[in-house]
This record gives sequence, structure tokens and C-alpha cells, in this order.
Amino acid sequence: MIEYIAYLFLCVGGACALIGAMGLLRFPDVYNRLHANTVIVVGGVIMTLFGVSILYGLSMYSLKALLIALFLFITNPVGAHAIARAAHKSGVKLWPRSVVDKLEEEEKR
Amino acid sequence: MILVGILILLIGASLLCSVRAVLGPTAPDRVVAFDALTSLMVTVLVILGVLYEASFFLDVALVYAMLAFLGTLAIAKYLEGRRVGD
Repeated sequence: MIEYIAYLFLCVGGACALIGAMGLLRFPDVYNRLHANTVIVVGGVIMTLFGVSILYGLSMYSLKALLIALFLFITNPVGAHAIARAAHKSGVKLWPRSVVDKLEEEEKR
Repeated sequence: MILVGILILLIGASLLCSVRAVLGPTAPDRVVAFDALTSLMVTVLVILGVLYEASFFLDVALVYAMLAFLGTLAIAKYLEGRRVGD
């Protein structure tokens, strides 16, 4: 029974990783690609690590996999925020059809 | 057996990410692609360590995740001071 839950986590993780990579290839600008990056990390990587740690029960592998998952879960939003802020500060243009840019409005005031 | 299939899916995803890292028009695009690529490689290392029953692969994966995070922050800090053209 518990193996099937682990298999479900692993399959969802692999599918999310592939879908996120396609999004990374297809999306039009940096700020949209960060969304695909988050899909890869939270949907793909952390799901797969959960699946591995469920599959191997309480052992050294699963503890280390959970530690890596917790670390990625904390650090990925920080890194994404830093990249988005650096891109906006260095003048990367938004996609022409995007509708709102709150940071630019805030800087103009 | 299912772990090998997941491994193939992850390697396909990292190939797509490396295409974006080569194509990416600006530097932040490449940083985003490399961030995703390192996360996928961390997962590949974990699955390889489980498959080969070698526990040190997981230590390598943890240190690699930390160094990739530091590298992302350093490049973001470096990019913040310059315009896009130079």
C-alpha cells in the first residue's frame, strides 16, 4: 500500500519536472520563466524527494532526502526573488502584453 | 525500476533546461535556467545514490544544493548594479 503512494509521488514529480522544463523553454520573458522554475523545484524536485523518502521508510536515505527537500523549499523563493529583483533593476523589459508592473510604479513615485 | 524511469524523465527535463540556458537572450534567463538545472541535478544525484546504495551521493547532493543557492545569490547581487546592454 505504502509503495503505491510513493509511486504516485514519484510519477507526479517526474511529470511536473517535464512540464516545468517545457514551460521554461516556451515562456516569453524572465518573470514568466521564474514561474516555470518554481514548478520544477516545488512540483518536480520536492515531490520526487518525498517519493524517495516514503519508498525507503525510516532510514538514512529518507532523512537526508527530507533534509534536502526542506533546504530547497526554503532557499528557492529567496533565490527567485533575488533574480527577479536583479533583472528588474538591470532593466530587463517585461513581455509587451503583460498588464501591471507594481515595482516600476513604486519607483516612479 | 520506476526510479530508472523517473531518472530518464528528469534527465530529459534537464536537457530542455540546458537548451534554455544556451538560448536565453539575457543574463537573468541563463541564471534561472541554471537554477532549475542544479535542482534537477540534485534530484538525479539522490536517485543515483538510492539506486547504487551509496549514501555519500546524498551528502554530495546537499552540499551541491547549498553551493548552487550561494552562486545564485552572488550572481543576482552582481547583476543588480548594471544595465542590460553591457
